[in-house]
Amino acid sequence: MRRKNFYIVSDGKLKRKENTIYFENEEGRRPIPISAIYAIYALGSLTVTSKALSYLAKEGVCVHFFNRYGFYEGSFYPRESLVSGEVVVRQAEHYLDRDKRLYLAKAFVEGSIMNMARVLRKNGEDDTEVISALQALSEAEKIDEVMGAEAIARNAYYSKFDTILKNMKFERRSRQPPENEANAMISFGNSLLYSAVLSEIYHTQLHPAISFLHEPLERRFSLALDIAELFKPVIVDRLVFNLVNRKVVTESDFDDRFNGVLLNENGRKKFVKAFNERLEKTVKHRKLKRNVSYQRLIRLECYKLVKHILNAEKYRPFVMWW
Amino acid sequence: MIDEMYIRGVQVNYYFVCKTKLWLFSHNVGMENESDAVKLGKLIHRSVFDRDEKEIRIGPIAIDAVRKGDVVEIREVKKSRAFEKASYYQLLYYLYYLSKLGIRAVGKLSYPKQRKNVEVILDESSAREMESVLDDIPRVVNGEMPRPVYKKHCRKCAYFEFCFT
Repeated sequence: MRRKNFYIVSDGKLKRKENTIYFENEEGRRPIPISAIYAIYALGSLTVTSKALSYLAKEGVCVHFFNRYGFYEGSFYPRESLVSGEVVVRQAEHYLDRDKRLYLAKAFVEGSIMNMARVLRKNGEDDTEVISALQALSEAEKIDEVMGAEAIARNAYYSKFDTILKNMKFERRSRQPPENEANAMISFGNSLLYSAVLSEIYHTQLHPAISFLHEPLERRFSLALDIAELFKPVIVDRLVFNLVNRKVVTESDFDDRFNGVLLNENGRKKFVKAFNERLEKTVKHRKLKRNVSYQRLIRLECYKLVKHILNAEKYRPFVMWW
Repeated sequence: MIDEMYIRGVQVNYYFVCKTKLWLFSHNVGMENESDAVKLGKLIHRSVFDRDEKEIRIGPIAIDAVRKGDVVEIREVKKSRAFEKASYYQLLYYLYYLSKLGIRAVGKLSYPKQRKNVEVILDESSAREMESVLDDIPRVVNGEMPRPVYKKHCRKCAYFEFCFT
């Protein structure tokens, strides 16, 4: 049986009885067989018993927690079953060695820029300005400069959003808090994506805190931030365009009582459902010659990184080929 | 001899199946078993040899089944005959290892699904062959990761996506 992501949007309690995990609240009790769970996204106010947690840990299930505004809070990242000291040591070497780190940081930004350009072209927009950031990237000699090139591309990319979005205004990227509906969706989507990437890292030997583009000194699992850069345009931004332009998510799905705009519970439900459909959507992989889901593409990116740090094959970033 | 030799049976097997797999396995780069083939193998392993003692561990080797008549018989249970050569050397290695401990044994490769058994015997020439394999394994493991080379059986391997993405 293929394991699935479970998104728990309403409030309730997660407990274990024998070999089943149950989600229960006033509306009743719903069994979730452990062998059906890949990862859990807790979006409501969730109580988890320690028995449930230890069972989830044993089965290697990550639980990602979001607060009631949909902001990412943290993850339950069970002790790992796939541990290779050699991979971790070599991963650290690729951070400590200036040139090796620069290579990977540039690769992530290059992939990110190429994917932003792909998304613009798919939406009938001009991508020359975004692509031109590759020049600054190739000249970058420090991580700051790599970040700078990324910022140039991203600004050019965001400047096209108001022509792509039909029913909502974007204006500029704003976060913490998002100033409008489109930004609220992008923020929420990015934190779901970050969690999805983290789940994939968990199922490899990579260490989640050793990153190359972002500083590992941040408290977070920064490798997930690095890898997420590649997939944000492909998964999150395209989803936002789609939901807005098809009027699936509308103004009534937001709440602006706070110091900004956020998806309300109904909006989050719609978004999460569509997000998961994206993750499960498949494309034909050119090299593997088999269908792989978007979620699996993230795992493949992790495998490519492992091969890179083991000196088996130079890492080339994922660029949307369809 | 025995002290220096810490090679696991499955490493001998992988040596004949795929050097990349041997290297990855030896460096703890394992894959989670998400494939039904692996689950089936484990199930057969568990259900077929209920009556015998099983999984006897001696140093680096784990023998599938032992039965004492006038000779010790060790068995290696396999799902299919797809990697017969690899299975043969894996079992031969067990016989070789036991012989170094002064235990004479015969081997039997078991294919319960095909209801088929194959005898494996350690003699002078097969022992010499075994020694050259055991010399070569550390050479592969201590070198750089061997580049994946596509073969027909790759598509069924747990490392398929890892190797060819």
